[in-house]
Amino acid sequence: MKTNIILAGVGGQGILTIAAVIDTAALASNLNIKQSEVHGMSQRGGAVQSHLRISSKEIHSDLIPLGKADIIISVEPMELLRYIPYLKKDGLLVTDSNPFENIANYPELKEIFSEIKSHQNSILIDAKQIAKDLGNSKATNMVLLGAAASHLPLSDESLQQAIQTLFERKGERIVAKNLEAFIKGKEIATETVS
Amino acid sequence: MKKLLLGNEALAQGAIDSGISGVYAYPGTPSTEITEYIQHSKTATELNIHSQWSVNEKTAMEAALGMSYAGKRAMTVMKHVGLNVAADVFMNMAVSGINGGLVVVVADDPSMHSSQNEQDSRNYGRFAMIPILEPSNQQECYDITKYAFYLSEQLGLPVMIRMVTRLSHSRAGVEIGSRIAQNIIRLPKNPHQFQLIPVHARNGYQHLVDLQSDTRESSENSFFNSYIDGPNISMGIIASGIAYNYLMENFDDDDCPYPILKISQYPLPKNLVKKLFNKCKKVLILEDGYPFIEEVLSDYFGESKKIMGRLTGHLNRVGELNPDNISKALGFDVKIASEIPKIVSGRPPELCIGCAHRDLFEAINQLKIENNDQQVFGDIGCSALGALTPYQSINTLIDMGASITMAKGAADAGIHPSIAIIGDSTFTHSGMTGLLEAVIENTPVTIIISDNSAIAMTGAQDSSASGRIVDICRGIGVDENHLKIITPLHKNLNENIDLIRNEIDYKGVSVVIAQRPCVQLSKEQKDRLNELKKVSLN
Repeated sequence: MKTNIILAGVGGQGILTIAAVIDTAALASNLNIKQSEVHGMSQRGGAVQSHLRISSKEIHSDLIPLGKADIIISVEPMELLRYIPYLKKDGLLVTDSNPFENIANYPELKEIFSEIKSHQNSILIDAKQIAKDLGNSKATNMVLLGAAASHLPLSDESLQQAIQTLFERKGERIVAKNLEAFIKGKEIATETVS
Repeated sequence: MKKLLLGNEALAQGAIDSGISGVYAYPGTPSTEITEYIQHSKTATELNIHSQWSVNEKTAMEAALGMSYAGKRAMTVMKHVGLNVAADVFMNMAVSGINGGLVVVVADDPSMHSSQNEQDSRNYGRFAMIPILEPSNQQECYDITKYAFYLSEQLGLPVMIRMVTRLSHSRAGVEIGSRIAQNIIRLPKNPHQFQLIPVHARNGYQHLVDLQSDTRESSENSFFNSYIDGPNISMGIIASGIAYNYLMENFDDDDCPYPILKISQYPLPKNLVKKLFNKCKKVLILEDGYPFIEEVLSDYFGESKKIMGRLTGHLNRVGELNPDNISKALGFDVKIASEIPKIVSGRPPELCIGCAHRDLFEAINQLKIENNDQQVFGDIGCSALGALTPYQSINTLIDMGASITMAKGAADAGIHPSIAIIGDSTFTHSGMTGLLEAVIENTPVTIIISDNSAIAMTGAQDSSASGRIVDICRGIGVDENHLKIITPLHKNLNENIDLIRNEIDYKGVSVVIAQRPCVQLSKEQKDRLNELKKVSLN
């Protein structure tokens, strides 16, 4: 069993927090992990991605081969599309719908959405709004993670425990908000798919 | 339980557990996290392991050599182009040899994710005639570092560990072993060992040449070089460092049918290579970076039918390796379901919102319009982003410190205005000597030090220049009347333009310090900065 996940976004949007939760849960579940990330120049407002691989067996490459990603999770809709060649046939797309427009030639949002929806398995949600409604827009990431959760080879308990562990030093309230965001994301994904 | 570590962090943990007494480094992607890990390590702090940033890679490597002279173990860390800066001491300490174990870690950046070239440090290792280690995964990063210190003391030579971006910046579970104690102070037995005047240097070099049979033998027997047999001898594969992972990825959970020589230690183990060549009809060479092994093994005219790699077009000559280009080299089809949609546009890096460089570039661009020129010499660091849209303010970007010296040369050629823009940390790294040259000749150049009091591009590390720039410029001899400080804020735009325009009109050296802290600085860093400023003003 091997799961390949690409996390996408813009430098500074915090995709590595999603990675850290999945890593922590996978490590606690005795699974092997490889997680490649971007440091340096691209982190300055450029396109960034992380290749995250989880398996019960040995993982060789730090990079996911083209056409082999099971899931792409993106915190920005255009960034999701940048990694489409990595997606396997019928792979899952999960993305926030809010564009991050720091470039002059940002495409029409409508076109981006229709491109995303042309894929059979796609979850396009306003995760930012959901997080805001819960009172913490910083938890957008956890809404998206929740939306992808049922497709990960990890139990909800292990993911929630990982959220607890990672946010613990920020206090009870932050932990609770992030857990709520995770659960809400999971609910919405179920509605979206069915 | 295994610890989840970046390749860089695993290497750093390996160094702590090898009993190092100090790490010396200047930040540079992809090498930065190695030193940061040691800086943040509780154990390292308790053990009083030196880990403060150096001013540049040359001072770093020399300090590491000094620690080795004293008999203790030291590590020096840099990105590939940093080794160019440290090349003087690097080449010479191979001749002198070392006392306490000394490991040089160099992180290469194939595909130039954050660099101006993709030079392959293995060439430097061979040039200096020292052993090179090239881990293929995170566990090996840890294990190989411990081995590197052992090997260094066994041979009496510095040992190079070569990393690449993808290994530096990828995490995996790593099994941590035990730690050994630091060496005690023990001066070199031979009082002439480190005196490289010709009479002793000749002995040192002869000794280095004589050691080569030992370095080769060490490679032949190395745990990190292995011959893995396979039934299909129509092809053999040499895979070095991280390329081994990409190769194995293509066979997923199966064994590779071809015999493989996995290389993680150089010089190349001749007997193992010969075994593979004798057995297989042809050999595919997989290595990230330059065709280093391929060039050694290919004949001069490249007519050898046996070898396939980056020189023969079986793999891309430039750019990093990945599972996909290796898949093609193996003759597999790479299938993708859909291409990147055409509507997706590029998203290059940019300066942070609120960054002081932005306000400086705005002023510079106004002046460029007035002068209709392309005479702004830029430098490495965040200010290099001024080469990209929307500013496109700088016209050159070559190496650390080159803004000042290129501006001087261009001014010598008769260009006016000739403007240099350099960050504060880049200035103390390699700009001060160039400024001295300009001052000596009173060359008509305008040097703008964009002082954000941080080594910003690599993550806002402390800059050696903080609180010291004005004093340094004075000390070098810049005329007080042409040593100006401005605050790059939008509200000061016109004032700043006027001031810079005046300095451009002056036919001598002027230095304008555009001072405003990096927006990425933490609160602690800002507090420390304020303290430094108080000291400097007194």
